[in-house]
Amino acid sequence: MADLKTNTAGIESPNPFWLASAPPTNTGDQVMRAFDAGWGGAVWKTLGEPIVNTWSRYSAIDYNGMKMIGLNNIELITDRPLEVNLKEIVEVKKRYPKNALIVSLMVESKRETWHEIVKKACDAGADGLELNFGCPHGMSERGMGAAVGQVPDYTCQITEWVKEASTVPVLVKLTPNITDVRYAARAAKKGGGDGVSLINTINSITGIDLDTFAPRPTVAGKSSHGGYCGPAVKPIALNMIAEISRDPETYGLPISGIGGISTWRDAAEFMLLGASTVQVCTAVMHYGFRIVEDMIDGLSNFLDEKDMTLAELIGASVKRVDDWKNLDLNYVVNASINQDKCIGCGLCYTACNDGAHQAIGAKRGDNGRTDVWVIEENCVGCNLCSLVCPVDNCISMKQIPTDADPCTWTEHTGGSGKLAPRPQDDQHRVTERMNRS
Amino acid sequence: MTTRRGDGPEFAELKPPLSKDEALAEANRCLYCYDAPCTRACPTHIDVPAFIKKIASGNLRGSGKKILEANILGFSCARVCPTEELCEGACVLNDLHGHKPIAIGKLQRYATDPIVLEKGGRPLFSAPDNKNGRSVGIVGAGPSGFGCAAELCQRGYDVTIYEAADKPGGLNTYGVADYKLSQQAGLAEVEWVQQLGAKLVLNTRVGEDVSFDELAEKHDAVFVGVGLGPVPALGIPGEDLDGSQDVLEFIAELKSKPKAECSLAGKTVAVLGGGNTAIDGVTQSTRLGAEKVYLVYRRGAGEMGAYEHEVELAKLDGVEFVYWAQPVEIAGNGKVQTLRCARTRVDGGKLVVDEGDTFELAVDRVFRATGQAKLRDFFKSAGIDVDAKGRPVADEDGKTSRDGVWTGGDCRNGGKEVVNAVAEGKTAAIAIDRALSA
Repeated sequence: MADLKTNTAGIESPNPFWLASAPPTNTGDQVMRAFDAGWGGAVWKTLGEPIVNTWSRYSAIDYNGMKMIGLNNIELITDRPLEVNLKEIVEVKKRYPKNALIVSLMVESKRETWHEIVKKACDAGADGLELNFGCPHGMSERGMGAAVGQVPDYTCQITEWVKEASTVPVLVKLTPNITDVRYAARAAKKGGGDGVSLINTINSITGIDLDTFAPRPTVAGKSSHGGYCGPAVKPIALNMIAEISRDPETYGLPISGIGGISTWRDAAEFMLLGASTVQVCTAVMHYGFRIVEDMIDGLSNFLDEKDMTLAELIGASVKRVDDWKNLDLNYVVNASINQDKCIGCGLCYTACNDGAHQAIGAKRGDNGRTDVWVIEENCVGCNLCSLVCPVDNCISMKQIPTDADPCTWTEHTGGSGKLAPRPQDDQHRVTERMNRS
Repeated sequence: MTTRRGDGPEFAELKPPLSKDEALAEANRCLYCYDAPCTRACPTHIDVPAFIKKIASGNLRGSGKKILEANILGFSCARVCPTEELCEGACVLNDLHGHKPIAIGKLQRYATDPIVLEKGGRPLFSAPDNKNGRSVGIVGAGPSGFGCAAELCQRGYDVTIYEAADKPGGLNTYGVADYKLSQQAGLAEVEWVQQLGAKLVLNTRVGEDVSFDELAEKHDAVFVGVGLGPVPALGIPGEDLDGSQDVLEFIAELKSKPKAECSLAGKTVAVLGGGNTAIDGVTQSTRLGAEKVYLVYRRGAGEMGAYEHEVELAKLDGVEFVYWAQPVEIAGNGKVQTLRCARTRVDGGKLVVDEGDTFELAVDRVFRATGQAKLRDFFKSAGIDVDAKGRPVADEDGKTSRDGVWTGGDCRNGGKEVVNAVAEGKTAAIAIDRALSA
């Protein structure tokens, strides 16, 4: 079994799987049950001044019969008294000394107020602090959460205040509701933050009830934008983590990855882009703490199979994320259909014909099936057919050797590279159709 | 198995309706094929992927309309179609390892039930307010007749349907296995189609109560969808005994009467034949409580005309299949007591009955399902040419040798599915419209 011990910004953890600051970490009882189930760490539900919540708080996007591919919430920070939370943190830390217990914080933007709560959290035994500069709903209207995270100067300033008082590592939780996350990460680093965690939830309205015309989640006939999370947001999170990982100004800044992580595979992807720990919420809200068992087991088996350590995995894909201008324009692939596997649904044909490059032919076969084939001179290797094909490994993208050397856009426009021949947009297909009509 | 049958639940629907969740999950499994094989396999060419996508999107009314505009009897076809042989049999998912075909029949039912069973609301289909002044007479209120009538009504024709029985619907009312389509459901569909305004004249046998020529005179065109006749007697001794019956008569009874009055509790039943109607005979006998049910067929399992999934149903019911057996005599004291069969074999490609090698089955009922008679005489007296098999000669639209007369359904195709009959009725209607508008 691979060693899954990890460390984010000095916060040690028996495995990289943490619960994100959210409803699953609302109480000591939940956190202890999570640790019993195997979670390596937990970020306590954000502490701050007591708030009052609405009753109806969550709504979800279902897709094609799959429940909750995206979850939205308008819940605020903890609604339990600070003293109760702190007492439970003390208790949990005493019973689970080896697990990482991080305390999330959010108070009004006053130095003394931050100092006060940071001290209380440190005194309670927190292994680390997470500054909630990301919550996009409710709290942001009061100048907290995303309202701080969206202004790099504020992010830097408050991080500095926290660092003045903190005795433990500080993670700055970033909001994705921003045009370029690198500015936020740079500000966190500048303020002395020991690492960043991202992404927080995305501003969202999940939908409108078509009978009542009320948005969801509906509170007495109205709603408010909430924070979107769950499997649907994963690609957005991966990109933001990659951006920070490969930014020369924040290169090497410890990252705790968040955003739609449901399985060990998701976790491995976040780690390949530089996250040393990952945080999970929606999947636990859907299936409970027990999911960590397969996350640990799966990641461990994966590392054993690859004969890698966790440290080797972390960041291994960062150098493979690059600017578009540095991609090889002479790397040629074409679709290839395995006729033995084809079931004749014709989806590749209709997708390519209407949605891509008219590079797949179709006709009714003798056996009553739809026969399909690749029109190689039209194929630009876009992948779409292989994406819509319902059969595993039926359509694959095959590399076509060319005599040309690699050539990037930079090289091409700079005059140092030579483009390989590529499919020309054959005007005659357009005119043929126009002549017919 | 000692479970007693015949007390009700056994006649529960073979394919119960889908819940909303089930329907959505199933609809979302559909790949939405290009030039979909399911649509090609349907005799009425329902745009299956389109109606399924509409279920998935929550456009149930649009889904039902998609089905019913292609097949006005889409409600009953959803229940009685041998989907395993048609749309579902053609589903590409059959070829994808580990996948089952989309339950198209059940989804079709999900989309059409609310339209046909729930009264009120905006009608999906209607006849134009201004009739075109032409009238068409339809002989037979079965699936082909209604397929024809619905199309003509929507095209502005004045349509009158003549039916010999006291209820409309044809085999949907009297002949389809009850666990697929109850008489009540069949009649509900007829009532729904009737909203289009076709006039229905019941208890009127054309050729007896009213002459065919009279009809031809009265209407601008006539469509004949009379179906097939009864199952003829085999011509063996004892067929007149109490308990020996045409299987269709038996099915019509059990569909029309309370099940308790048709109980076969404790009885032993033999059904003669190897087609789908024979299967209907045995499966309904078990459901009526028969102690023991035989299916007696003169050839082997491989030669049976019944669909494989139908045979499977009978096997699950515990029916005993007696192959290579030709009934030669029914005997009993006033009522059926034994069925004597001679063993058969194939010799030089021909079926040989060994009269000397017989065996007896102790039975209380003998239902013959050995094929319905063609209505040769009816067509002849109507002045319509028939072929060697006794079916009216007709072109691909159903136009017969007699001017102004079209035909379709079982009488023309020799006995196929409800969906074929609807398709033929509709095709004929379009041809009639074309001819009369010329």
